[in-house]
Amino acid sequence: MKEVKKYIFPVVFLILIGLSWLFDFASGEQIGLNFWMFFREMILFLPLMFILIGLFDVWVPRENIEKHIGKESGWKGTGLVILLATLQAGPLYGAFPFAYILWKKGCSIRNVFIYLGAFSTIKIPMLTFEIGFLGMKFSLLRTLITLPVFILIGYLMEWHLKDKDFEVKQP
Amino acid sequence: MLVLSIVTICLVIISLAVDRRKTWNGIKKGIKMFLSLLPTLLFMLALVSVVLFMIPEETLVRYMGEGSGITGWATAALFGSVALIPGFIAYPLCGILVKSGVAYSVIAVFITTLMMTGFLTLPVEARFFGWRVSIIRNLVSLAAALLIGLIMGFFL
Repeated sequence: MKEVKKYIFPVVFLILIGLSWLFDFASGEQIGLNFWMFFREMILFLPLMFILIGLFDVWVPRENIEKHIGKESGWKGTGLVILLATLQAGPLYGAFPFAYILWKKGCSIRNVFIYLGAFSTIKIPMLTFEIGFLGMKFSLLRTLITLPVFILIGYLMEWHLKDKDFEVKQP
Repeated sequence: MLVLSIVTICLVIISLAVDRRKTWNGIKKGIKMFLSLLPTLLFMLALVSVVLFMIPEETLVRYMGEGSGITGWATAALFGSVALIPGFIAYPLCGILVKSGVAYSVIAVFITTLMMTGFLTLPVEARFFGWRVSIIRNLVSLAAALLIGLIMGFFL
């Protein structure tokens, strides 16, 4: 019953969208189209992402991650998480589950947030797109300015959370 | 997306070849997490589609356009942090905004907040980081975006 309850909102939403199509209610139809676009983007990539995370969980030993991007990893660790993040694609909410698994395997707080920052702003697949629409100069400059800013955010979050027994929870 | 599918399929096959039981365990774990997150995700996506509908392109151009000054910055930051728009829509939209005379610094704020902060995605983020930390991360990122816009303004 509890499982079913969680879906009440989405089901009501979909019924409203369905009624909009039935009665030619233009606003509802437009919202439905928006939803379909976002839903498609999510469903095409998130399940795969979670399968990869599951495999990562069973195969990658904690010591490995801890050594390379853990507390004592320094600049090399920061470089590694940034590299990892820039090679990925998809919206920010896809980065949260990956941040969870990294943290579970011993990634430091700072590197978790640097990972989120890099994932959201300098993914290479997205950069090619940005250059196309906004030009090389803009994209390059934005990337160069953004990079130190989110590294700083990583340090800030670490400083703020270090004695607060922070954890990334499993959803 | 295609790359991700190919990578996933290859890794699953390799993993199956090495250890079948371990592989199924991993896949089961992943799918379980996905299913437990799904209602929150659907809720968020529904919210985003309603908000996107309520704020059409013309409105954005009007408030962020030439000579909009501080209003332009505020609109960019506000809309950018609330919405979550995939890059394939966000960048073309920014292209249009630039052509309609929106300053590059405002575009930088808009793009950065669009990608780094999402107040509508907070329910999903909070499932992982808790509400307090998620809100802090979003506020800090918002401030960072404004800073990035300011620095961009000096250069462009």
